Order: sequence, then structure tokens, then C-alpha cells
Amino acid sequence: MSEVILRTPQQIAWARFRRNKTGIASAIVVLFFLFLAYGAPLITRLFGLSSTETYLDGLDPQGMPIGAGGGISWQHPFGLEPGAGRDVFSMLLYGSRISFSVAIITSVASIGIGMILGITAGYFRGRVDALIGRFSDLLFAFPSFFMIIALSIPMVERVESLGIVRDNGARLTVLIIFFVFFGWPGFARLVRSQAMSLRERDFIMAAQSQGASNWRIITKEMLPNLWPTAIVFLSLSLPGYLAAEAVFSFLGVGINPPASTFGLVLSDAIKYWRADPAYLMIPCAMLISIVLALNLLGDAVRDALDTKSE
Amino acid sequence: MLTFVARRLAYTIILLAIVSLTIFFIFDLIPVDPARLVCSKQCTPSLVEANRHRLGLDVSVLEQWWRFIVGLFAGRTFGEEGIAITCAAPALGYSFSRHECVTTIVAEAFPFTLSLALGAFVLWLSVGISLGVLSARKKGKFADRAASVFVLVGTSLPTFITGILVVLFIVLQFNLVNPLELGNWHNPFTEPLGWLQTFFFPCATLALAYAATYTRFTRSNVIETSSEDFIRTARAKGLTEKVILRKHTLRAALAPIVTIAGLDFAGLLGGAIITEGIFGLNGLGRLSIKAVTQTYDLPIIVATTLIASAFVLIMNLIVDIAYAFIDPRVRTS
Repeated sequence: MSEVILRTPQQIAWARFRRNKTGIASAIVVLFFLFLAYGAPLITRLFGLSSTETYLDGLDPQGMPIGAGGGISWQHPFGLEPGAGRDVFSMLLYGSRISFSVAIITSVASIGIGMILGITAGYFRGRVDALIGRFSDLLFAFPSFFMIIALSIPMVERVESLGIVRDNGARLTVLIIFFVFFGWPGFARLVRSQAMSLRERDFIMAAQSQGASNWRIITKEMLPNLWPTAIVFLSLSLPGYLAAEAVFSFLGVGINPPASTFGLVLSDAIKYWRADPAYLMIPCAMLISIVLALNLLGDAVRDALDTKSE
Repeated sequence: MLTFVARRLAYTIILLAIVSLTIFFIFDLIPVDPARLVCSKQCTPSLVEANRHRLGLDVSVLEQWWRFIVGLFAGRTFGEEGIAITCAAPALGYSFSRHECVTTIVAEAFPFTLSLALGAFVLWLSVGISLGVLSARKKGKFADRAASVFVLVGTSLPTFITGILVVLFIVLQFNLVNPLELGNWHNPFTEPLGWLQTFFFPCATLALAYAATYTRFTRSNVIETSSEDFIRTARAKGLTEKVILRKHTLRAALAPIVTIAGLDFAGLLGGAIITEGIFGLNGLGRLSIKAVTQTYDLPIIVATTLIASAFVLIMNLIVDIAYAFIDPRVRTS
């Protein structure tokens, strides 16, 4: 008789994830881009570059970069910015750091809020549930895209007047607040329905009959069952928020220059698309690679955690 | 059924009132003073005060909101006698920086957004559902794998990137549209070709991501439904595969798609902002971006925001009613 090997759900999920080659590959790509983004100060220093310095000797008198592919060289691997002459490689590294930060903070915060309110609504039901439900109904009825565009500029003024953050710090704060404000109801609904069905399961009833407190039931019995949902939702919402930050910066209501997020670089690059197509294609390719890798990683995580697809 | 519709309708109207009132409160809180903005460089406090009165901002928010609602049904007069301007019902406000009734401005922009949204909707539903059914039927074969590549590409390309690439490297590169005429309005009934020229690429751009999602969704729904008992019964009683697909599988598999399609169509206005901006279409989205970034034209911003929220709520209502038709159990709950 062979020995029975006991495995925790985490170990099973990890084993399933490891078997998925696409998942592993996309995880490596995501980690690589994260390393580039958060190692930006270190990496640019290693290359002897700076995201603020202008390399005017690499530009011709019209302000266009000299050389093929927008001035791609060993010195400047992604070429130079037409006009100002900054190094595109370091611009994008620092830019992707902002994009990743927005995506991560927003996803974690809206999942946190959605988790708390979703469990509260699903577990306690009754009036609390009705209140949270009506409020999220109301939020769904707001045209979030229009509201963010209409309110971001005045909101930035308001946040600046508080005197804690300024300029792009304030714009970043406003963007994140808006994303979280309109983002949590989706996850809260998902958690609510799961919490409602978990509540009826025998192991919850067993805990209740032993006299466990609501706090203990929620944290020890329900939360461990809801983590997979949160992780899947997190990995699938990251690429969305990353792209959303790019869109709002592109439209001129997100981050402003001199920062250089994908949206900003692209809105600038459109002006030079015939003369310097590389300046447009490089940020496009980088943003698409990041979103693609995050999407594939999200799918792999979902497959690994979803016990039904066995 | 009638009571269900009446109840949903009442709920929608209440929600619409609450949402619009909230929007008025929010815009009252922002630190931008429209009365100061429409004032010229030599501004005096009395001029600002006069402007505030002209804009109707000198009364409480509740009063402003009520005047707006009344204006919607009865028309509204802005300014004092002598320089008074009357906007006929439905009056959405008056833009002092453009010297036009907002209703007129919105009416000019609306056909663009409607064409874009409807065109994209039809395109993504037809492409998404047919590709989804195809790849479900050819599961694991070449067509299925090709479709899954399409899904991956479609979901990973942010709409604004697709838009930029399509405009620059297809439309302008191959001179498909005269750059000066990019975004011109053509009546779809009298000039169908011109309309197609203006709207085909924007619609395709907007539809791409949705088409990919719908392909994936349809595929998994069709596969799931195909393993149900009633499909096996249908096959056992000798129906042809074609009839099984059309009468049994699709009916069950596509029901959830009605809900999602309605909600996505409501959310489409957001995506339309990006597409309109990139393709230079003077629709509602571009109107509101311009109003925000150029002059902060509050009456236009409030009007477009309210229209967008009304659109979301009305689509929700339509989805609920459509669903009650499809699934009678909904009516009683």
C-alpha cells in the first residue's frame, strides 16, 4: 500500500501552475518588467543614462534623432525623444514604474474594500446587505469614464490645496482614488454571492454551533475560501488598470509631463509618426507585451486555482 | 409582466433622479468657478456675481437641479430680459462660452456617437458569436486555435493603441480617407459609402476587444451547453446537428449573452470617448473632453455626464425587461 501524500490547496495550485508552460513564461516576463520598472534608478545608472538629461548632440538641427530607428545605438537602446532629446529607454523605465504602481495600488485597494463590504453584505445580509447593494447599484449607474474625465482636473486642484502632495503626486492620487471608487463594486458583488453560498455550508454551521464568534467565522472559515477569488481577480484586473492609466494620461487628464508614462509618450509620438515611427512603436510594443504577459499570467493563475477545471 | 415593467421603470426613474442630483452636488463641490471662467480678463466681483446669476449658480444645488429638470420638459430661458436666450424643451442648459443651447450642441454630436456605438455593437456581436460558435464546434482543431489567438490579441490590445495604429498605419498610410475629411459626418441613408468610410475603422477598433471577449464567452457557453442532458436527448431522437445547434444549444447558450451585451453596450460610451478622440469624430465623448481640457464648459460637461448616466440606466432597464421575456422566473422575484 502506497503512502498517501497530504497536500494543502496551495501546494496543489502551485503544482498545477508549474505544469503550465505559458504561465511560467508569462510570469518570468512580468517579473522582468517589474524588475525594469522598480530597478529603474539602478538600471539607468548602470547604463550611464538619466531620464531627465537631454542628449542634444544626438539630435539634428530639426530636433529629430540622428541614426536609424529614432537614434537607436548602444548608448541609447530605445533611441532618443524627438524635440527634447531625452533617452527613451530611461523614460519608459520610469514611466512603467508609475503605471505599475497605479495598477497595483488600485487593484489591491479595490479588492480590499470589495472583500470587506462583500463579506459584510453576504454574511450579515438584511439591512447591511441592502444598503451596500443599493450603493453599489448607484455607483454602477455613474458613467465612470465621463466622471473621471470631468472631475480629474478640478479634483487635482482640491488635493493640491490640502498641501500633502503636489503636481503628479496629486494627479496620481486622484487617479487612484477614482479607479478604486468606481472599481470596488464589481469585486464586492462577486464576494457577496460567494459569501452567501459559503454561509450555508456545513462547516460554517459547525463553527456556529460551537459558538464561534462572527469575527472568527469570517476570518478563519470564510476568508481562506475567498482568497483564490481575490488572487484571480487581482491578476485579471492589473492589466486593465495599467491600460486605464495609459488612456487617461493619453487624453491629458492623467499624469502630466515631465513624467513619461506610456500614455504621455504615445500622445507625443503621434506627432512624429512618419518621421520617427520607432518612437511610437517601441512604447506600443512594450505596453502590449506587459498587458499580454499579465493577461496570460492571469489566465494561468485562474486555471491553477480553479478546482472545477480539473 | 406589466407590473414587473412598471416596477422596474419606477426604480429606474428614482435612480435617475438620485444619480442626477448627486452629479449636481459633485459639480457644485469642485473648486472651479464657472462664473469666473466665462468672465474676461478684466473681472470684477460684481461681474462674477452677474455671471453667477446668468448661469443660474446663485441658487442652492437643489434649486439648480429642479430648474434643470423643469427645463428638460418645459424649455428654459437663460439670462435677463433684453439679452435673454430661450432654449426649447428638452433644454439641457446653455453654454455661455459657445453661445449656444447645449441641446443643439449635443444634437450635433449625438449621431456620431450613435453610429459609432451601434456599428461597433453589431460588429462585435456578429464576429464574437459566430467565431465563438465556430471554435466550440471545431474544438481543438485549427479554427479553434486561430480563434484563441484572436481572443488573446483582442484582449491584450488596449483600445487606444489599436486606434492609434489603425489610424496611422492603415487609414493614413494607405490614404483610405483624406486626412482633412477624417471624422466628417455622412448620413448613412443618403451617403452609405461616405458613412462607411468614416465609421468602419472606428467601429472595428472599438469592437475588437469586445469581439474577443464574446468569442471566448460564447465558446465556453456553447461547449458547456453541449454536454447537457437535453442536448443528448435531442441527438437521441434523431435531430440533425444543425437543428440541435440552432434550436437547442444556441438558445440556452446565448441567453446570458443578452445580459452582458446590454450592459457592455451601456458602458460603450466610455470606450467611445477614446475612439472618437483618436479618429477625430465630433461625438459626445470628444465634446466632453474638449469641454474639460479647453474651457471647462460646465453646462456641456454636466449635460454629457447626465446623458451618459441616463444611457447606462436605460440600458439596464432594457436588459432587465428583455431578460424577463426570456426567463419568466425573473418576473416573480
